[in-house]
Amino acid sequence: MLDLTFAPPTPKTIEGATGPWELVIGMEIHAQVSSEAKLFSGASTRFGAEPNSNVAFVDAAMPGMLPVVNEYCIEQAVRTGLGLKAQINLVSAFDRKNYFYPDLPQGYQISQLYHPLVGEGEVLVEMGQGTARKVRIERIHVEQDAGKSIHDMDPTMSFVDLNRTGVALMEIVSRPDIRGPEEAAAYVVKLRQILRYLGTCDGNMQNGNLRADVNVSVCRPGDYEKYQETQDFSHLGTRCEIKNMNSMRFIQQAIDFEARRQIALLEDGGTVEQETRLYDADKGETRSMRSKEEAHDYRYFPDPDLLPLEIEQAWVDDIAASLPELPDDKKARFMTEFGLTDYDASVLTADVENAHYFEAVARGRDGKLAANWVINELFGRLKKEGHEIGDSPVSAEQLGGIVELISSGEISGKIAKDLFEIVYTEGGDPATIVAERGMKQVTDTGAIEAAVDAVIAENPAQVEKAQANPKLAGWFVGQVMKATGGKANPKAVNELVAKKLGL
Amino acid sequence: MDIDTDTARRVAKLARIKVEEDELPALAQGFTAILGFIEQLNEVDVTDVEPMTSVTPMRLKRRKDGVTDGGYQASILKNAPDAREGFFAVPKVVE
Repeated sequence: MLDLTFAPPTPKTIEGATGPWELVIGMEIHAQVSSEAKLFSGASTRFGAEPNSNVAFVDAAMPGMLPVVNEYCIEQAVRTGLGLKAQINLVSAFDRKNYFYPDLPQGYQISQLYHPLVGEGEVLVEMGQGTARKVRIERIHVEQDAGKSIHDMDPTMSFVDLNRTGVALMEIVSRPDIRGPEEAAAYVVKLRQILRYLGTCDGNMQNGNLRADVNVSVCRPGDYEKYQETQDFSHLGTRCEIKNMNSMRFIQQAIDFEARRQIALLEDGGTVEQETRLYDADKGETRSMRSKEEAHDYRYFPDPDLLPLEIEQAWVDDIAASLPELPDDKKARFMTEFGLTDYDASVLTADVENAHYFEAVARGRDGKLAANWVINELFGRLKKEGHEIGDSPVSAEQLGGIVELISSGEISGKIAKDLFEIVYTEGGDPATIVAERGMKQVTDTGAIEAAVDAVIAENPAQVEKAQANPKLAGWFVGQVMKATGGKANPKAVNELVAKKLGL
Repeated sequence: MDIDTDTARRVAKLARIKVEEDELPALAQGFTAILGFIEQLNEVDVTDVEPMTSVTPMRLKRRKDGVTDGGYQASILKNAPDAREGFFAVPKVVE
């Protein structure tokens, strides 16, 4: 593996009326665990089902029902912890977080406050080549999701669907190591990437399967360094928490707005109140969630229905042994194994499915050429047509075939584009198509020479012009390519045209 | 630990239990008495004693990941004072 060293990015500063300010950001990411059944019941986690159909009596908190933990959800959380190089706690425990809300029938959420399953880890967030922020993970705990309230179906009533109630979430809590809105978004992107590689969360933000709470505070330059030295929070400003965001764009906008709001408040001689706020995307502002304030007293206590969760080191070791290659390692390997640039390797490893596709195209072939074709031709085309890699009409095997035909010199780059078009729209085996439709590149100098001679013989006026101005030789190359249906080897044509014209 | 009437009022409110103002002092006194009783445990020296979570050598039961339950919307909604189109209908709650 490459030993890459990174410099931390420059923190974002905002110029206030009284001088510059810096931002300090910590995040809590709620990631829905990919599992068939819920955390403590056998009801399905499937999205988009009939309302209240994926609900067991446990989820509806019927009297006398007892939770039984889904061991696969625990395994997924452990896998996530290992993927974030975090400490796994062999003994953890579940606690009740008490509050009332219509979509929480138990009147409490089962969570892990005092003894989380996963302890400290880290995420490396790249901010351009050679620049990266190491964000420390404080903990990951496992908890239940709440149900969903729909407010726009009736003027006076809210409608509650408990299908999501009790689905397993991982709450991934970072330290306040993030220093600007762009870094915050990049952190979420990176975390999502890792989760998708691990297969522990599908990362679908639109469906709410990945949501972020962002803690924002502001301080003066120098204060943050004092905090890092001492881990003493008193060097930092009072933070506000912006709840429940599910878009990278909104996360950035909300942080920027919130930082400016706090700065204005402080410069006006006021103080920042620690509170929970909500980002209103339509107005582009955050506002206080007053209703949350009182409920902030959650009166946590150990859940008497659940014994502590004890797992074995051997089990953790088995999970560790089955971890897939993670994004940072894969990117480094793509650079060394296939000779890719940092940029191309980043693009190709951004999503695990893309990475698998590329690797299938590139294995045993020209890696750089494969990267070009995957990124420029295939991704470009898929994006234009709104397709994902999963529903690409061109399989990795087919694209690999095209790459092979180019490398071996059997088809020219220009013909390759036509061939790609045929494979994309009609399908079929590239080598067979080339053979059947006579698309093979003409490398036979005799045939090319004849074509060049013919073009020269037919255009004496152009010959004169080209001999006076060698730049015009390109016209002959074009004519020859046309005459050969684009199948002539362009390099050979160039050389022959120059030779025949005496240039 | 002494529980005053303000704390008693707050606890009642958080638990969504309606307690009349004149009942609060007695409730606070009750809380104080219960906590006082439990605080006797603080007199026991538990240094080097591992916390015990069960009196029997039981371990947390686990289930396999598989859909074995659910699919009975009608039963789930049966006790609801108001249900419409498969949803529980509750007075509007909106931020």
